[in-house]
Parts: sequence; C-alpha cells; structure tokens
Amino acid sequence: MNTSAIKNPASKTALRHWKGQRYTAALIVVYALLILLQLIFNKSPLGYELWAGIFSPVWMRLLTVAVVLAIAWHAWLGMCEIFMDYIKPANLKRGLHVFTALWLAASVAWFVSVLLKF
Amino acid sequence: MTDTSHSLKPYRPEFRNIHAIKDLTTYRMPLAALVSILHRVSGAVLFLLLPLIAWVFGKSILSEVSFAQLTAVFREGAGLVPGWFFKLIALAVIWAFLHHLCAGLRHLVMDLDHGKTTKAYGKKSAQAVFGISLLVTLVLGAKVFGLY
Repeated sequence: MNTSAIKNPASKTALRHWKGQRYTAALIVVYALLILLQLIFNKSPLGYELWAGIFSPVWMRLLTVAVVLAIAWHAWLGMCEIFMDYIKPANLKRGLHVFTALWLAASVAWFVSVLLKF
Repeated sequence: MTDTSHSLKPYRPEFRNIHAIKDLTTYRMPLAALVSILHRVSGAVLFLLLPLIAWVFGKSILSEVSFAQLTAVFREGAGLVPGWFFKLIALAVIWAFLHHLCAGLRHLVMDLDHGKTTKAYGKKSAQAVFGISLLVTLVLGAKVFGLY
C-alpha cells in the first residue's frame, strides 16, 4: 500500500501499526499451519521424538524465534488498542503499557532460551 | 422545516454511554458484534497466558523426562488438581487461538475486498467464524480428552 500521500505523522504511525498487525498475523497463521500439518501427516506416533524433531532443525529454531517476535509485536499492538479504548487515566494506561512490555519480554526471553537450550 | 419522516420512525431504545451492568446485559448483540468482542477477549486471554504457554512449550521440548512430566500432569493431575482440569485449560487456549485466528482471517478478507463489508456478509462470515472455530475446537478437544 502506498502511504507516501499521508502527511500526518500520527496517521502514518497508525497505518504502520494496522499493517504490522496484519503482516504478523499472516506469518503466525502460516507457521501454525506448518506445525499442524506436520502433526497430522506423520507416520510416527505423537510423542517426544516427533514433537522435538519438528523444532530441532536450525532453520526451524530461527523461524520459531521470528514467529515469537511476531507474536510479541502482534500482542503489543492489540493490547495497546484495548487500553486505548477502555482505559482513560493516563497513569494507569502507562502502567499497563509497562506491564504489557515486561510480560511480553519475559515470554520472548523464555521462548528464546528454550530454543537455544534444547 | 418540518420533518414528517421523524414521527413515522418506530421507537428504538437509544444507547449512549452504555452502562456496563445495567445496559450491557440487556443489549442483544448481533453475531458479528459477538465475534468482534470475543476476538478481543480471546486475544487478551492468549496474551495473559503467553508466559504459561512459553513454559509449557519449554517443558514439552527440553527433554524426554520433562515431556513425560507434562503429559503425566494432563493424565493424572498435579497435587489436588485433577488431570481433566488441565485438559480444560488446554481446550480453552485452543478455542481462544482458533476463534482469534478465524476472526482475524475474517478481518483480512474484509480488508482485501471492501465490497464484502455489508451487513449480510458480516452476519454470514460471523456464522462461519463460530462454525469453523467451534467445530475444530470440538475435534481437537475430543483428541485432548482421548476420544480417538
């Protein structure tokens, strides 16, 4: 989409967020299908071997980290939208933003550490 | 200027500054509105459970031992909490994800084709969102509870 015609910086940011929400969503859907199809169309029984095997290739670890980051960005945009609609007091909203950022950062850190370790 | 059409309009209750307890409970939402609010609710639920999901993912993948510990919790429960309770939580996460995904795809379809942003399509696609997400939740739920 051509956004160069938009002059207002706030509108530019809003459109960037709108697009970000959708691009990250598309990536998450494709990834979820990739995992689901591997689980459905497999010969071996559902167990640790199969499950861990899906995530063990390096490219899959890298893709998973990318998707985790996409989820975090997607959730950040979504939560900000919810707070924007329902939370009026500025201090409370700021507090919730900080909480959201920490919550997501902790989740991302956990995912990444798991993918590095196993 | 006299407005004759105004008096012909049937009386409809007006909702301004909807009161969360007095009005919201009597407000009959169209299906599309239900999809929309549940899109938010399911998104917020997934956000709140993200650390738990990360922790469970770690347990499931770090080693065969931790994988077995995790499946044992779903099978036999942990402490006083029975296994079916954890299965129910897993099912709630599955539903939240599926509803969020289907409602999101509905958004993308409407983004791509503005001709689809009609009341009729809104209702039809809302029915599809509920139909698909609940059906797949049922199928996966039967798997979680070991029915096949």
